[in-house]
Amino acid sequence: MGQLVLKDVKKSYGSHEVIKGVDLDIEKGDFCVFVGPSGCGKSTLLRMISGLEPITGGTISIDDAVVNDVPAADRGLAMVFQSYALYPHMSVRQNLSFGLENIQTPKAEIAAKVDEVSKMLQIDPLLERKPKDLSGGQRQRVAIGRAVVREPTIFLFDEPLSNLDAELRVDMRAEIAGLHKRLGNTMVYVTHDQVEAMTMADKIAVLRAGVVEQFGAPLDIYNKPENLFVAGFIGSPKMNFLEGAVGTVSAAEFEFVPTSGPPFMLDHASFDIEAGMKVTLGFRPNHLAVVEADKADMTVSVRGTEQLGGESFVYSNTPDGAALTLHLSGQTSIEPGTEIGLSLDRALCHLFSTQTGVSLRS
Amino acid sequence: MARVLSFLTRTRGNGAGKLHWTDWLSYGYLLCGVLLMFVPVIWLGLSSFKTEADLQRFPPRLLPMAQETMVLPGYDEPLPLYTITDGEYAGEVLAQVRRIGIIAQMVRPDAPTERLKVNIKLREPVEKFRLATENYTELFEKFNFALYLWNSVFITATATAIMLLVNSMAAFALSKYQFRGSNVVLGMVIGVLMVPQTVVLVPLFLISKELYLIDSLWGVIIPGAATPTGVFLLRQYMLTIPDEILDAARMDKASEWKIFWRIILPLSAPAIAVLAILAIMWRWNDFLWPLIVLSDSDKFTLQLALNTFQGDLNTQWSNLLAMTMLVLLPIALVFVFLQKYIATGIASTGGK
Repeated sequence: MGQLVLKDVKKSYGSHEVIKGVDLDIEKGDFCVFVGPSGCGKSTLLRMISGLEPITGGTISIDDAVVNDVPAADRGLAMVFQSYALYPHMSVRQNLSFGLENIQTPKAEIAAKVDEVSKMLQIDPLLERKPKDLSGGQRQRVAIGRAVVREPTIFLFDEPLSNLDAELRVDMRAEIAGLHKRLGNTMVYVTHDQVEAMTMADKIAVLRAGVVEQFGAPLDIYNKPENLFVAGFIGSPKMNFLEGAVGTVSAAEFEFVPTSGPPFMLDHASFDIEAGMKVTLGFRPNHLAVVEADKADMTVSVRGTEQLGGESFVYSNTPDGAALTLHLSGQTSIEPGTEIGLSLDRALCHLFSTQTGVSLRS
Repeated sequence: MARVLSFLTRTRGNGAGKLHWTDWLSYGYLLCGVLLMFVPVIWLGLSSFKTEADLQRFPPRLLPMAQETMVLPGYDEPLPLYTITDGEYAGEVLAQVRRIGIIAQMVRPDAPTERLKVNIKLREPVEKFRLATENYTELFEKFNFALYLWNSVFITATATAIMLLVNSMAAFALSKYQFRGSNVVLGMVIGVLMVPQTVVLVPLFLISKELYLIDSLWGVIIPGAATPTGVFLLRQYMLTIPDEILDAARMDKASEWKIFWRIILPLSAPAIAVLAILAIMWRWNDFLWPLIVLSDSDKFTLQLALNTFQGDLNTQWSNLLAMTMLVLLPIALVFVFLQKYIATGIASTGGK
């Protein structure tokens, strides 16, 4: 129970197409996260799965049954909303039991389920309170409880943690992940926060402008981004990019010629390239090392530093002005205004076609 | 109580108990307002306890006073008492038996058989404070006050209930559903806001007549069942209820009717309370439309019954004033009760 398949799902408002043909196959029991910048259509896609938003084209099937024309309530899904959407005039108990009352569940059974779920989510002392008397985290639990109590096949979460403060968000993240382990249901989770995506997901779907840019396991997406957008979006701080061209190519190595600064050699093995191609080199801030000027792949001028104690960030510019971020563990003595030499970890760089943005990984 | 008192006696807040000139100004202004609002009501209340004779008196007095009377042996009726101001019997209190021209025949209360002749200029009536409660009791004895009251209560209660239901359903559809022509409907509703009631009086009467609603209480209730003001007011309020709550209810398998009944209505309670007050006041005080529709006096509302006191030749002021007082009372009570409800209603919607 709980397999969700989207085939060429589309949505347009008038002539404006917001979801441009999405294909996804979410396995039963998976925790799937839709991540993307705001306005990419991830919430719309979730609402289309829930049935609250009609779809313009394609099919949505749950457990091999097409549910395009099945109303929201009959799809066997439960949704947790960004604003929690608790019924403000009802007590927590009434909020939890409202859905069960609507399907004519016997009173004793409702009471038993509400008790069970509220104990599980530790909201049992709050049952007689109104939502306005709860803190943000407690409201969040009630909203989750309202979804859990109906025993749906699939849970849908629409940015559920975005209204919480940072500390609480970390706690709730762990709690939702724990809930997923315990219940084993399929969950679809929408967020714009890639940390949430990386930490919670079994599968991540990275969306941009109504298109799935990449769908896969978190570390696969991190290690092998399929295009510039995914490479830049996943990972914090952002991946560094250098534009340039491919110089001479040999069997083992090739020469990368940045638009400014001296060329340097990279491994050829994992890339599918030919001489003269316009390419963008991508490397993560923590795959850079500070070295002597004569061993460096590039020299940059330091714009500023951020010392967090356990780790440090160095913000710098290449000679032609492109921003490069450097992530160092521990503390650093690098001063703003100085010039430093950097060498990059050849095994861990990414190469993209500048023209199409597609990864050149072979 | 102490909090009410400290609220009412608040000043500009220099704390020393000295009044700033703005305090004088604002309290003066408030006092002016209170007088303007309350003096007519107080005058009405006091006058409703005056006898007909006292009402006709010039110059008028504030308190209801009545002449003292005394029952004396040998006379069937109680006799009015006078204090003699001058002349032969100056200082004595005498009872008047009858009056002929400027001479009154009077007797001493302790010697009721001996008739004395007194010039009417030389005496003053003995008066004391007395509430003429017969003004009120007569309403129930001589007029069918209970029936009129029932008609008014029935019309007000039924019409308000129907109006709230119809208006809130329309407002729900206009605020929460997207359908073709919703803006046109809304435009028409707002357009109707601009049409004065008197303009549609004649067509409304003709339609009511065709529907056999004339001379029936339903003829008063139904034509006003949907008001543009109410639809607009409730719609504006319902727009503030987040759509996500409705979506959540839909995911909870609530029918649209249930969403309306269990979610929208309770959350709109403050706006509905405001509208209920307006509707009750309007229905209770409505005069023109009932006057047109109702012709059988058995179906009269209180307002129409009040009007019947005012004859072409003779107006029974004492009863009229008493009845006006009774008509005012329920509406004042309703207002006091619902106003409290509005305050709690606003307070309870503080949550996100």
